[in-house]
Amino acid sequence: MLKDFFGKRRKYASIPSEQAKADVPEGLMQKCNGCHKIYYRKEMNKNLQVCPNCGYHHPLQAWDRIDTLFDENSFEEWDNDLITSNPLQFPGYEEKVVKDRKKTGLNEGVVTGKGTIEGQATAFAVMDSTFRMGSMGSVIGEKIARALENAKNEGLPFIIFTASGGARMQEGLLSLMQMTKTSIAVKRFSDAGGFMVSVMTHPTTGGVSASFASIGDYNIAEPGALIGFAGRRIIEQTIREKLPEDFQTAEFQLKHGQLDKVVHRQEMQELLSKLLKFHQKGGEEA
Amino acid sequence: MKQVLEFEKPIVDLKEKISELKRFTQDSEIDLSDEITTLEKRLAVLENDIYGNLKPWDRVQLARHSERPTTLDYVHKLFTDFIEFHGDRLFGDDEAIIAGIAYYKDNPVTVIGHQRGKDTKENLRRNFGMPHPEGYRKALRHMKQAEKFGRPIICFIDTKGAYPGKAAEERGQSEAIARNLMEMAGLRVPIVCVVIGEGGSGGALALGVGDEIHMLENSTYSVISPEGAASILWKDSAYAQRAAESMKITAYDLKKLQVIDKIVPEPKGGAHRDLDQQAAYLDEVLEQSLHTLSKCSADTLLENRWQKYKQIGDYNLL
Ligand SMILES: [Zn+2]
Repeated sequence: MLKDFFGKRRKYASIPSEQAKADVPEGLMQKCNGCHKIYYRKEMNKNLQVCPNCGYHHPLQAWDRIDTLFDENSFEEWDNDLITSNPLQFPGYEEKVVKDRKKTGLNEGVVTGKGTIEGQATAFAVMDSTFRMGSMGSVIGEKIARALENAKNEGLPFIIFTASGGARMQEGLLSLMQMTKTSIAVKRFSDAGGFMVSVMTHPTTGGVSASFASIGDYNIAEPGALIGFAGRRIIEQTIREKLPEDFQTAEFQLKHGQLDKVVHRQEMQELLSKLLKFHQKGGEEA
Repeated sequence: MKQVLEFEKPIVDLKEKISELKRFTQDSEIDLSDEITTLEKRLAVLENDIYGNLKPWDRVQLARHSERPTTLDYVHKLFTDFIEFHGDRLFGDDEAIIAGIAYYKDNPVTVIGHQRGKDTKENLRRNFGMPHPEGYRKALRHMKQAEKFGRPIICFIDTKGAYPGKAAEERGQSEAIARNLMEMAGLRVPIVCVVIGEGGSGGALALGVGDEIHMLENSTYSVISPEGAASILWKDSAYAQRAAESMKITAYDLKKLQVIDKIVPEPKGGAHRDLDQQAAYLDEVLEQSLHTLSKCSADTLLENRWQKYKQIGDYNLL
């Protein structure tokens, strides 16, 4: 059973985005992104931010996601002290990061650590699309690689929730190279017998989709999540063709054999718990 | 006539002037050799000045030059007995990537690279060197085979990026790239990667996980094209020049950022000016790399590969 959603462990004050402020009176009410019906925020929260009417899965912030999955007070965070530098001296980059740190209460776009799901220990990384659109720079790459190494060393499984618009352009090729760093970390973890589940949430695109997100032992997704390598607009411009409405949705990827499963948020914890139980012994070398 | 780039126009103009004077001297009684000598000296200074101070955007133009040597040009210059093989055994053959075996100085190697076309017809066949998933899967199939038979792998990187198309997405462009990154990390043979033209994002990286990564002096390696970055960051692709500078995409920038190992020099004016010379420069670097790596055990290779990529990136501590 899921415990009360969004428990008392929340470590930051959530500040509604400009968009949300405009759409919703006083943050008490919330308009569904799917069917545009108005709900009490409390009601939507109770439903894990899934619309009771149309089933739209609204993005979850990292700590809210963690609250929906982990046993209470079981969570230990890793490497929260890593923060973004401006390695290319890219104009305006630091200001943007500082702004998002204030906005989200996070130090970067991923929270890593370990905890238990129904008593079963697992390492964990949860990305947050509200921090610079979850774009992957050096800190995200480093934190995920370290989490995989920790999981390997402690003999823990690894569950990752991805949410990313792709590369962090302001870090140039250092951003691209995080794809390699994390993928090698996955390889090392996997070779040591580690069990990894990748859960793709809206959106999982570009460099994140083309690295760790797609190479779990199981790759699953939330309903309606946008998943793909190239952006819709670029593809339409390139092939001069209108793409189908459902292009690059989780359901589309499932149909094309690119996903193991699409799983409703309400059923996520139960499935992950079962998967952890199935793989208690890890792989042959564990 | 070679395609002339904007920044080299003064050189071309001066060269034309010199040959005009030479023709004039031949055809008439007047001796202009003094003037010619003066202009030739000026040309040397001008060439040094322009080619010695290339801006990132100039290098982008050189990397994209229509006559820039492609993977197959180097394959024919550097290797013997190259045999190309086709297909990923799953869907089809993607001619945007070539793969095969050859001898490098009498040793068997596996050679893989993006392949652009030389003309429109070939470019259509090769999809302008922009691969679909089957290209990456073909590459991986050959890399695995190289591992089985203990052959070093040499990858040439030269692509604007993985093809952004509907079919490419349906067949798992993301997974194909990700799989290559993961599997290349574990290959128990030496891998040397050389960026010879444009290194465009994940589509380049999918052939780019190696023990040593080199770049030709005027090649570029970028997370997104300068035009793409400009249109996202400044809502105007006309700022591409500025993006090319800010994103640090040249060999010199990336050497400084410790992402690449060596800069392979280019002949004055770019690789297309002298393929033989370019191949010779490349040969030297390749030989050194393979020599060094051949002395490492497979375990050492893998450990060093991990350490190499682990240190890439920059962050602060709170
Ligand atoms: Zn709804």
